[in-house]
Amino acid sequence: MSLEISGLRFGYGKSSLFDTLHASPFRRGEMTALIGPNGVGKSSLFRLVAGLLKPTAGTICLDGHDTACLPDRQRAESIFLLTQHTAMRAALAVFDVVLLAKRGWRGGKASNEDIAHVEEMLDLLDIEHLSDRLVSELSGGQQQLVALSQALVRDPQVLLLDEPTSALDLRRQLEVLTLVCKVTRERKIVTFAALHDLSLASRFADRFVLLHEGKVAADGTPEDVLRDDVTGRAYGVKLEVDRNSKGGLTVNAELSAA
Amino acid sequence: MAEVAMMRAGERYRQRMMRKTMFVGGALVFLALAICVDVGVGPAWYSPVEVMTALLSPDSVDARLAIIIWDVRLPVAVMAVLIGAMLGIAGAQMQTILHNPLADPFTLGISSAASFGAALAIAVGVGLWPSGGTFFIALNAFVFALGTSLVLFAFTRMRGVTVETFVLVGIALFFTFNAMLGFIQYQSSEAQLQQIIFWMMGSLGRASWTKIAICAGLLALVVPLAWARNSMMTALAMGDDRAASLGVPVTRLRLEMLACISLLAATATAFVGTIGFIGLVGPHIARMFVGEDQRYFIPVSAMAGAVILSAASTLSKAITPGVIYPIGIITALVGVPFFLSLVLSIRRETWR
Repeated sequence: MSLEISGLRFGYGKSSLFDTLHASPFRRGEMTALIGPNGVGKSSLFRLVAGLLKPTAGTICLDGHDTACLPDRQRAESIFLLTQHTAMRAALAVFDVVLLAKRGWRGGKASNEDIAHVEEMLDLLDIEHLSDRLVSELSGGQQQLVALSQALVRDPQVLLLDEPTSALDLRRQLEVLTLVCKVTRERKIVTFAALHDLSLASRFADRFVLLHEGKVAADGTPEDVLRDDVTGRAYGVKLEVDRNSKGGLTVNAELSAA
Repeated sequence: MAEVAMMRAGERYRQRMMRKTMFVGGALVFLALAICVDVGVGPAWYSPVEVMTALLSPDSVDARLAIIIWDVRLPVAVMAVLIGAMLGIAGAQMQTILHNPLADPFTLGISSAASFGAALAIAVGVGLWPSGGTFFIALNAFVFALGTSLVLFAFTRMRGVTVETFVLVGIALFFTFNAMLGFIQYQSSEAQLQQIIFWMMGSLGRASWTKIAICAGLLALVVPLAWARNSMMTALAMGDDRAASLGVPVTRLRLEMLACISLLAATATAFVGTIGFIGLVGPHIARMFVGEDQRYFIPVSAMAGAVILSAASTLSKAITPGVIYPIGIITALVGVPFFLSLVLSIRRETWR
């Protein structure tokens, strides 16, 4: 039971971004960190998996079924993408947008279960006090928390998080990633997160995938991937990695001497 | 406030929805009052009792009064409400699909196309449906307005259905039709020029029960279509990517809504000329009171548009006794102070 990406080919206009990209299966209950330099295609890969972009060749299979064959609505029920830019300008209350994510634009009245589930999610992310506020009035970090509660309330099979903690403070980053990890294990979902803070990522992710030059340049445990000759080279920096007492890795980067 | 803070988020959500539903009810009553006032005001003075009697049982009053009420005033009053509602709905949908609160039904060149169509009919006598009779000018305006939407559709086929494509092509169409309209105006005689300008000012004087039936029929067609896409449109208000993540077919939805908007705006313009302001401000008023949840946003936009046009219709008869000013001139005059007073008086936190 897993997500498989094989032979993926994609590009914008004439420039090719991915040329037959392969990755070994992503298992349920496992959290994977997607890393790589800017513009390498992390967001595009997420959008391909979520079906917002169509690949020119290759397949993305969930539990053996090609996701391209699913109707939009069904795909959206099993795969959820939290996009990078979470700013919303709509005059909608926080509770309303989370409920909308929960109900997935079904018409009719919201059931008591739906409402209870949204309440529970707002409590979990500690934003219950914001529930009547308009999303457009919130700070960047608060909007990101709202977006996360939209993601979690949908209860997807595959959760794609594109820089989910970029606007969050230190405590919130830890809280959110702890919660995502817990949900990933408990509900047996495939979680895939693009993260730029490599030290933080190494504490939570079971697996690292490094994208570089249109391919998966490295794939494995944090120790395998976070090495100077692998990740350091892809980013063009000198990387120093130490195991720390918290069970993660401390990653230090220096500009390499030209 | 203490008990509000104690209440669970879900309970507060239910209360909010209840308040919005009550607001819709209140707005309906307000609209009914606006219609009654509109029917009551006119060059010939009748007491409210006489007017109400004529409305409720036309046979019991004298024939003159019954004719004035039923054949002169009521069509104008009903037309004002229908056109206001059509423009309010079209504006709300346009603002949602373009993610831009400054958009209105005419943003994409529909009104200039309609004006050009009307001018062509008036000045050159060229009609696309020569046997149109009383609907000659209206039909021409309608065909041209709808034609611009088809051009827009064709462009989106080539360049993709993005907000940028819509707006750029819309602006191009707007200037093209304005230039061609200027060309016709320059060539036409004084009498024709006067007719063109009067047409463009917009007038409810062209109201009739046939036109009312057409407008009502169109609303009966478009409103259920839009209603079925309520939650998709609310999702779209969060942004294209957010909506797509929820499985909303963004491209198809945008084109479907554009078709609705085109029909509404083209019909409204063809029948009463270009009436600006309502399609822009109606949705803003709705956004202030009920937010962008489409279940409330669309009905309240419609009612706000209807109330403004109804009030404008009343005022157009009341300013100078015996003179009925073109509604297009009055709309902004009555709408702007009303709108500004709302903006100033409503506290920020109640904007939902």
